Amino acid sequence: MNDILGKPIDRVDGKLKVSGGATYSAEYFPKNMVYGVLVLSTISKGRIRNIDTNQAERVKGVVGIMTYKNSMSLHFPQGTDPGSGKYAEKDLLPLQNDRIYYDGQVIAAVMAETFEKAEYAAKLVKVDYETESPIFDLKTNISKSYKPSSGGSQLQLKRGDADAALQSADVKMEQTYTTPVYHHNAMEPHASVAEWNGDQLMVYDATQAVSGVKSLLVSMLGLLPEKVKVVSLFIGGGFGSKGFTWPNPIVTVMAAKMVKRPVKLVLSRQQMFTTAGRRSETIQKIALASNSSGKLTAIKHDTISESSFVDEFVETAGLATSMLYSCPNVEISHSLVRLNKVTPCPTRAPGEAPGTYAIEAAMDELAYQLKMDPIQLRLVNYAEMDEQRQKKFSSKNLKECYQRGADAIGWSQRSPEPKSMREGNYLVGYGMATATYLANRVASAAKATLYADGHAEILSATQDIGTGTYTIMTQIAAEALGLPVDRVTVKLGDSDYPRAANSGGSQVTASVGPPIRAAALGVIAKLISLAVSDTASPLHGHKEEDIIADNGRIYVKNHTDRGESYTELLNRKGLQKLEAQAKTNVSTRDPQGANPAPTGGVDAAAEEESKTNPAVQEDQNVDRKLYSFHSFGAQFVKVLVDPDLGTVKVDKAVAVMDVGKILNLKTAKSQIMGGMIFGIGMALLEGTAYDPNNGRVVTRDLAQYLVPVNADMPQFDIQFIDKPDPYISPIGAKGIGEIGITGMTAAVVNAIYHATGKRVRDLPVTLDKLI
Amino acid sequence: MEKGPGVSNTDDNDTSSNGTTRRGFLTQITYAGAGLTLAPLLVRTKNILPGAPPGSAETSTINLTVNGQKHALNIDERTTLLDALRENLQMTGTKKGCDHGQCGACTVLINGRRINSCLTFAAMCQNSEITTIEGLAKGDGLHPMQEAFIKHDAFQCGYCTPGQICSAVGLMNENHVHTDADIHELMSGNICRCGAYQNIVDAIKEVKNIA
Repeated sequence: MNDILGKPIDRVDGKLKVSGGATYSAEYFPKNMVYGVLVLSTISKGRIRNIDTNQAERVKGVVGIMTYKNSMSLHFPQGTDPGSGKYAEKDLLPLQNDRIYYDGQVIAAVMAETFEKAEYAAKLVKVDYETESPIFDLKTNISKSYKPSSGGSQLQLKRGDADAALQSADVKMEQTYTTPVYHHNAMEPHASVAEWNGDQLMVYDATQAVSGVKSLLVSMLGLLPEKVKVVSLFIGGGFGSKGFTWPNPIVTVMAAKMVKRPVKLVLSRQQMFTTAGRRSETIQKIALASNSSGKLTAIKHDTISESSFVDEFVETAGLATSMLYSCPNVEISHSLVRLNKVTPCPTRAPGEAPGTYAIEAAMDELAYQLKMDPIQLRLVNYAEMDEQRQKKFSSKNLKECYQRGADAIGWSQRSPEPKSMREGNYLVGYGMATATYLANRVASAAKATLYADGHAEILSATQDIGTGTYTIMTQIAAEALGLPVDRVTVKLGDSDYPRAANSGGSQVTASVGPPIRAAALGVIAKLISLAVSDTASPLHGHKEEDIIADNGRIYVKNHTDRGESYTELLNRKGLQKLEAQAKTNVSTRDPQGANPAPTGGVDAAAEEESKTNPAVQEDQNVDRKLYSFHSFGAQFVKVLVDPDLGTVKVDKAVAVMDVGKILNLKTAKSQIMGGMIFGIGMALLEGTAYDPNNGRVVTRDLAQYLVPVNADMPQFDIQFIDKPDPYISPIGAKGIGEIGITGMTAAVVNAIYHATGKRVRDLPVTLDKLI
Repeated sequence: MEKGPGVSNTDDNDTSSNGTTRRGFLTQITYAGAGLTLAPLLVRTKNILPGAPPGSAETSTINLTVNGQKHALNIDERTTLLDALRENLQMTGTKKGCDHGQCGACTVLINGRRINSCLTFAAMCQNSEITTIEGLAKGDGLHPMQEAFIKHDAFQCGYCTPGQICSAVGLMNENHVHTDADIHELMSGNICRCGAYQNIVDAIKEVKNIA
């Protein structure tokens, strides 16, 4: 093997991305294409009394206007998982009736010859509403909360008796932490291009789940699977907003059918604030009890988050708390309040991002109350196993993360008293927090083809949303195929390829890497089998297990000269190519969980071939039910706070992550850094404001919804434990897309407390809260 | 490459879509003389339906020089430079992130100066040299800034990247950069949601030190 795993190679799609050659979904131009622009509701509840399209229709170049009055009927979608197709709002299919459930709901689509005409005409669509009284404020509607039915028992967890332990505790800490609505704001707006050729449908869609979008189109429009193809070669970020399917691709396909021409429809940035998901606001009440030496005796974590009137989504903020620390008495609850707002959806580390903020800020408060070092408090309560599920962790090296992180930030130089450190005029603060995220893995399949000219191609219907999937999958395939990376092409983002994980839940690396590896090893096994049975081969008669593949050659172990190249063998046998498929039917997700594993879909050929693929069989034979699969890490932050202006500058940020084997050090660091920057945004800048009079989004652009910019950047130090998880897969890598955001928000908030002595429990920590 | 609606390459002898030949078009420009930018606006198609809302369909022929190549476009006057590039010329390297000058994804160079192409009407750019991400590389050789972005992993999803690179190239011409903090500040008009900022700064520093 060529030892390419872990190497910090440049992204394989780098040249395309820096030269403008990578094609995103809005960048296709089928012949005769027209442009679609959506019209959104401007009230939060009620019905459309009349929708007048006369003026808009008279704009020259308008080829069609679709409203609930003239659109095709849709079937209710099947499936609840993004991998197998999750429509974001199951009870609100687009353009089916006159009801309005929230501001910014899709109510019409205008199609015209040019984008300018479509946009202009869309503004001329006049809507007369019958308005009802909406409810849209979480804090004043807590009395309407209920325990959700989705997610079942996993959302309400209990061990021991937390209330009793709190009653009798030496030390108690009870506080409420709130987080606002956050928006993903991926740089690429949601975009779709749809083209019908008879009953054949081709869709380019910006999605984290090509197979999911395909499944939804099949079920919602009543189409045959073999007639539908969804492609997403490059995605300009998703962060969860492109995981569930929102109205835009469905409407694009309906519109293309209606106007009998291909349609391109791209959301405007403003539209993304109400028709492409969001993170729910949360109100999290935490109660901690400990003895005087800091040993936790009770943890309660009650989360109230929002849902809509058209679907149910739970921000599972308390789930990580159930396994994060050793504690005999724990109670976790989740409640929802239905509001007249677009349904929330997963946003980078759904649950864990706001959840670790609350529990890790609470732990910090307890540490100060105990006059104890915050790291020490965590070590005293270190969980050696998942006490909620009574399972061992598949791997956990968190103590080392704390130690290395503390060294990197200079924790020992910190004076523990709040507001005791200064640099010039600035107050200096140090904070830390634990990071954690699920180590998800789901069923996935892939196909490997080795060509007679010595290059190989991998096909898998997952997608690269910017995380580096193309690159690390190329490394995995090259390693298994014994080829240099430049001889391997990985093709993703096409629903015709073998079905594989959607890009969500940090699961692609752990899910898709193993079947790619297994398919590649399957090809090599076929190659070796050919050679040993070929009298013309120098390997004839050798035992298959004595032969290894490396650098484009198969040869007898320890005898490099006794062998031949792949191309020699294939050419001699007159074979243009050798193929193998593999499907690994493995899941680390809780089948009763809030986000159950997708079934993976039917892939008969891959499944059949996998029965005799030793790599698949060995992988599938690991008894994963014995283990709790999580990643861990420690985040450390140094902040500078201006005592007069209340401005906070994150000066230095350290992350030490225990995320299994690192497949590419360069892209892995970038992933973690990106997550940490999301965390800085959560802590200091971001938050969607709603008009208190009508529930409409006020901050609906990037001038008002502030995301971190280059000037906000601290100095980063990102490190990895880099020890393979022995149980997640033969590769040992866990996902890293989400864990970077977890812990970060708490670390920043904790550092602000250390700098100022002010504990802000309502995010974001804007300057008005510090002066 | 097949071009979008209303586009003709002025290096061809084709008739452009509003009926002017290349020769005729060039003559028009010559006669227009100093009024070059205004002249094409006079070639207006009066194709508004009776009773249609005002401003619903005004088109003009404009002339753009993109990456050294001249194009004549018969387009809606409201067309931004960004949409003219992406939809009419089908040069999709330049990205639309917000369409309101708030994210920088659409940054291109006009006469070497970085601008937001979404805040610029195509008709305003007729006497300008427009450079997009597609025009930075020379043949197969990438621009040093492009090379540095790859080396330093200065992007993830790649969507803001053309704007970041054009902005970085423009920054090099501005002579304002004296410290790392200057780079951070002067690149803050380009949002990267994936969070490659530090790597972007590293890439720019490398190019600056070579230059």
